[in-house]
Amino acid sequence: MLEQHFPVLPIVLPLMAAPICILLGRSQLAWLFATLISGLSFFISVALLLTTLDQGVLSYALGGWEPPWGIEMRIDVASALVLCVVTGISSLVLVYAKESIAKEIDRSQHTLFYAAHLLCLTGLSGILSTGDAFNLFVFLEISSLATYTLVSLASDKRCLTAAFRYLVMGTIGATFILIGVGMMYMKTGTLNMIDLAARIAEFDGNRTVNTGLAFILVGVSIKLALFPLHMWLPPAYTHAPSAVSAFLASTATKVAVYVMVRFIFTIYGAEYVFYTMSMDIILLVLAIVAIFKCSFMATVQSNVKTVLAFSSVAQIGYMILGISLVSSAGLMAGLLHIFNHALMKGALFMAVGAVFLRTGSVDIKAFQGLGRQMPLTMAAFAIAGLSIIGVPLTAGFVSKWYLVTAALEQQHWIIAFLVLIGSLFAIVYIGRILEAAYFQKPSEITEEKDIKEAPLLMLVPMWILVLANIYFGIETSVSVSAADAASQWLTQPTATMGAAQ
Amino acid sequence: MAEFIDLVLLGMLAITALRVIFLKDLFAVVMLFGIYSFLSALIFVNLDAVDVAFTEASVGAGISTVLMLGTLALTGRKEKTSNHPALLPLLVVGVTGAALIYGSLDMPPFGDPNNPAHQHVAPRYIEDSPQEIGLPNMVTSVLASYRAFDTLGETAVVFAAAIGVLSLLGLPKRDRQAIESGLKSHLVLRVVAKLIIPLTILFALYVQFHGDYGPGGGFQAGVIAAAAIILYALVLGLPMATHVVQPALLKTLAALGVLIYAGTGVANFFLGGNFLDYNMLASDPVAGQHIGIILIELGVGITVFAAMLSIFYAFAGQAERTNIQ
Repeated sequence: MLEQHFPVLPIVLPLMAAPICILLGRSQLAWLFATLISGLSFFISVALLLTTLDQGVLSYALGGWEPPWGIEMRIDVASALVLCVVTGISSLVLVYAKESIAKEIDRSQHTLFYAAHLLCLTGLSGILSTGDAFNLFVFLEISSLATYTLVSLASDKRCLTAAFRYLVMGTIGATFILIGVGMMYMKTGTLNMIDLAARIAEFDGNRTVNTGLAFILVGVSIKLALFPLHMWLPPAYTHAPSAVSAFLASTATKVAVYVMVRFIFTIYGAEYVFYTMSMDIILLVLAIVAIFKCSFMATVQSNVKTVLAFSSVAQIGYMILGISLVSSAGLMAGLLHIFNHALMKGALFMAVGAVFLRTGSVDIKAFQGLGRQMPLTMAAFAIAGLSIIGVPLTAGFVSKWYLVTAALEQQHWIIAFLVLIGSLFAIVYIGRILEAAYFQKPSEITEEKDIKEAPLLMLVPMWILVLANIYFGIETSVSVSAADAASQWLTQPTATMGAAQ
Repeated sequence: MAEFIDLVLLGMLAITALRVIFLKDLFAVVMLFGIYSFLSALIFVNLDAVDVAFTEASVGAGISTVLMLGTLALTGRKEKTSNHPALLPLLVVGVTGAALIYGSLDMPPFGDPNNPAHQHVAPRYIEDSPQEIGLPNMVTSVLASYRAFDTLGETAVVFAAAIGVLSLLGLPKRDRQAIESGLKSHLVLRVVAKLIIPLTILFALYVQFHGDYGPGGGFQAGVIAAAAIILYALVLGLPMATHVVQPALLKTLAALGVLIYAGTGVANFFLGGNFLDYNMLASDPVAGQHIGIILIELGVGITVFAAMLSIFYAFAGQAERTNIQ
């Protein structure tokens, strides 16, 4: 009976669970409840992915009002795929969070943490499921507000400046998106995405519609930390609690990439954005600069969380690069990288969080000699690190492979070459940390202490992600076929999309 | 005539904004923000958007001003002068402004009934909502039924904001032996406040339940009710106010409001409808819509009241702690 309501449940479940966490009042209970709800949302998302792979698209009219008068949830393969990533990572992070936040967040704030996490999940699921441009903005606001709160919860007071900076930049981004949506509404009189697409197609070179697109793209670029609008991201991920960094790094920016894909491919149409407005050149250049500049920045940091944060900005460059190739294969590589990058960055940040729990530091010095003291954690870090580099038999290799193939398909030899060079930087920044862990003697931070392996509740979710990295590196059929179906679906003309109900 | 009034109001708006940029006294800046909101509210009235004007006046000019003053009590009222050359920000603002002007070149003519915004989805809201939903106030119909999911989202935003502030500042403890504070010695203030507060609460209830027929609804009502308690706290001191409305209760209320709203939506699952499809709540669809809208507006009102008041408590409690130290 509930099956017909699946499209709305990944939003409604965490939305109702967040206030219940506040009412429960006890840290343990709130943890258990939040984890259960998040896990349930994950199973529903998997069911949605299977249904959409089978049937194409699911439409759900909120309040029973048919679109465009009412709000529609519209789930296709692309949304279901990212929804699985977000709810899955959220569940693993929540399992992991119990031990992690016990050290990093004041006890009186634990229920607030779980409530904020669930609200963030609500917002992200809402963005992914909705078929309405203004509704997307509303959910963007929920997830953003919850994110600022999550970043500011760390006991290290520097997180407050980082959260404030994030808040200012994020609010500017959201405002730009709202201005853009307003301009679209002014010209079309509708907010429903499919309806918008049909009506925007009638305008050719209308200045208000074009400006709307520009505002939306800039706003989304801030949210997804596209170079040079990424300056909020490294401090936010560095100073946030470890569990929050793990969650945000593998979900929040990916959802913003999804928003960009949605606006470009579903609403404005790839033809219009890329051929008429020539956005592909701008995105391509920014993506390549992001890969090089931020990969280089990652090699010179001493704080390991900052290394990973800069690496995230570089990896977002790969996703945008895939989109800017203007082909089904390129988009597919970008979507696949959203999936794979979530697996690796989640595992890496979890490993760093475990190191912080035991050593009290995330400086590269604290990693010295840890290969012996925390063998399981460091092995997880090493495998996920290899995946970031793109070593064969890991998930990272698969997405790089498809990205290079997509570039070669269009004879872009230089781009393919640059992607490979970018991986060399990853070898340096991951290699430095592994070298410290396995080939150096413990530094003054760790040598006096008796460092134990991380607790089981942290190791299990971490290793699930690590094994997923290997699994999706070898058995690629599931992830690749889903990403492929999603990109096929997105690149087809929008008119047939509306008809496919 | 309407255009002339608009022009005057817009001119005043621009002057206020310029003043805000150049003033260093933050107390005056907050007051100017209040004026800015009232001017915007007037523009909305002139556009016949009374619901929006009401919200802008109560939220923008009312509660935001109080909260910003609460912040100033913690940070001091002088703006720090920075020595950074602000060339890059100026460039960004300039480009954004130019883009906005460029975007306005192809905008539909102002106030033309043939504009797309009036021609596509709006006619159905105007023509069919009296039969489909049965409310004279179409704004409420759109807000609470056609686009109820957005409003649920907005309620969650308010809830998220409260969680954010509480996680940073924390709620004050209820303290029986708290020191005297507030403006108790001002007899005139006290007498006037005592006269106004009951009326304000009564007005809040009117706005809450009359939203179906006239401008108003949960957002405005929640803010007005919170304003009444805030006035009480300002005049008689925070400890007295926390005796009337306990901080711990507020946390529960804020959570409860969201649950009432979402619960109303979920209830329809079991009656055979979609999420937030109120038609199923009663045997007659229009009666069902009515029940649904009253319930969700109640949820909005409770959450907004509790969130606004707890944010104020958090600021005021922090200020009081700093004073004691």
